[in-house]
Amino acid sequence: MKPRTKMAVAVLAGSLAAASAVYLAAGIRAVRTYAQALPAHQLPKSQGGNVVVQLCDGQTTAEIPGLKPGQRMTRAQALEFSRKLMAEWQRKHPDRGWVMAQAKNPGAAQAPAGSAAGGSGKGRETIAGPGTSSAAKFKSQQGDTYASFHERDFVIWKAQTDTFVEQGNKIFHSAQLLGSTIGVSCDMCHPNAANTHPETYPKYQEQLQRVALLRDMINWCIENPVRGATLAPDDPKMRALEAYILAQRKGVPLAYGKH
Amino acid sequence: MAARHKSIETKYYEDRDCVLRALRNCDRRTFLKISAATMGAVLARGLTPPHTFQLVEIAGAATGPAIGKGFASEGAAGSRPFTFAYISDAHLYERTLNQRFVRAIVKAVDDVNALDPQPDFVLYGGDLAQLGEPSQLETGRRILSGLKARVKMMVGEHDWFLDLGEKWQQLFGPPTYSFDWKGVHVVVLQSVYEKDFWTARKMTPLERMQTVAGLDNALQSRFEVGEKQREWLKNNLAKVSHATPILVFSHSPLYKYYRPWNFWTEDAEQVQAILRPFNKVTVIHGHTHQMLFNQIGNISFYGMLSTAWPWPYAPEGLPKLTVQMNRADPFDQFDGCGDGQATVLAGGTVDKVYNLWDRNPVTVKASYLRSFGKADRPPAPQFASY
Repeated sequence: MKPRTKMAVAVLAGSLAAASAVYLAAGIRAVRTYAQALPAHQLPKSQGGNVVVQLCDGQTTAEIPGLKPGQRMTRAQALEFSRKLMAEWQRKHPDRGWVMAQAKNPGAAQAPAGSAAGGSGKGRETIAGPGTSSAAKFKSQQGDTYASFHERDFVIWKAQTDTFVEQGNKIFHSAQLLGSTIGVSCDMCHPNAANTHPETYPKYQEQLQRVALLRDMINWCIENPVRGATLAPDDPKMRALEAYILAQRKGVPLAYGKH
Repeated sequence: MAARHKSIETKYYEDRDCVLRALRNCDRRTFLKISAATMGAVLARGLTPPHTFQLVEIAGAATGPAIGKGFASEGAAGSRPFTFAYISDAHLYERTLNQRFVRAIVKAVDDVNALDPQPDFVLYGGDLAQLGEPSQLETGRRILSGLKARVKMMVGEHDWFLDLGEKWQQLFGPPTYSFDWKGVHVVVLQSVYEKDFWTARKMTPLERMQTVAGLDNALQSRFEVGEKQREWLKNNLAKVSHATPILVFSHSPLYKYYRPWNFWTEDAEQVQAILRPFNKVTVIHGHTHQMLFNQIGNISFYGMLSTAWPWPYAPEGLPKLTVQMNRADPFDQFDGCGDGQATVLAGGTVDKVYNLWDRNPVTVKASYLRSFGKADRPPAPQFASY
């Protein structure tokens, strides 16, 4: 009995190690793919080897005196420093209040929720299409981050988004891309992603005994009815599936926690 | 990812394997112990075999005094009450690829074989195969041959569009036929013909099949009975008295529910016009995988459940008379699926039992539909679709 138990333990340990290795490899791969997809801004080198940070305008930078890579600021220091950065930007653009620019610019992608009465119905038509942003028709503030986009930008963004959603569409409809071992794909139960109700997450999912996100349910479906291997949260396939499912529910009000 | 959850299905099969392993080498005493424990576990979970209540339903329907009350006086043209069962939309792959769907149709066969008294016949409602492969159709035929009652076959689009019905017809005969049973005239239609969308797109047979197999693509044409078959139907019904109850089986609903998903028959109105002169017409259809019923003039429509998976209700076009079934639990393979029976009453109208697995069955009475919802409304769902 004893040697057998030992062997079983060894086998179990071995399979756990193998499983975690596979998971780690998959996770790292997913993170890399994700990282590559994001643009990296070039920062000027610090003379004294200090940390250099950049404002979200992609131009204004500053060096934090005495802070070496790997070290951390206190919250008070961080607040002080971010105030300085903002002041620097305002010094460069003395005639612009940036909050105002975001709220009032008709070319901005989405008005803040508070300012758009009945906003849920507004978003139904297009995703911030070029038709809504004709700079020529409106007198708008120019020159800052948000006002500097043109119709062309919106067209490109829309095309990029639609391409991403289309990738999700393909995966959603393909047992092969989903890695199903039994020939089952998402659309077999969810035509046009019907009955996936992404707007109801996060919500407590009794069967999982925890609060679930859409991706938890996607993974559950992949593992059980589809009989495939679950995806890392950052896996490009998971991201594309989420994009497709969310895109099918455009205009539906968010209702987290709804059962 | 570390916290893997297990579905009800997985847990069930683990429990089952555990018991079977234990049974392999056990003496009589141990066997009795295990079976007692198993019974205890079943009771503790509040599970009761569905057939207990199902039998009452059928026995009552076949012999009870309520049968045909109010309808018998409507001038039945000599039809006698009977029951038939149905199994539909199994969408089989080969057993080696997908045990899941095979298990579901086997469960339905067991259900029907457990009915006492046995139904007069079993209608198979179409979509036996998932992608029309001969091996898939043959797998289905082997499983259905385990039914004790005689089987009437209907074809679905998943059986048809790989070879345009060649293998299915070789196995099961012509897809359009009629027969008379206890005073009722029964017609089985092939309602899933489609206008050629494949030649111009240079699709292979498999591409054609896969296109039709998806609901939410705009590439395929809409289902139709077609002119030729409508002519056949007219001729077939020409000699039948208008007082004779008519029972029509079609895979697609013979009305227009939701076009984008082909929950639809393009020439539905023309088919309905052919059926209009008859006093009592019931259409039983597959394809929609949900509790679905409708009444148009003299015609009552009932959709059948699938054994494989439930479809969501379409975002629009749902008939007013339909009472939705509760949302299916995605964690339970069998929830929202099932099979069913129908009782043809003395007057020739049809009560239908939706035998939803793991739930109480729902009976939809002819009197509900024929009174346009005024009487015998089925219970409302607690959770309708989102």
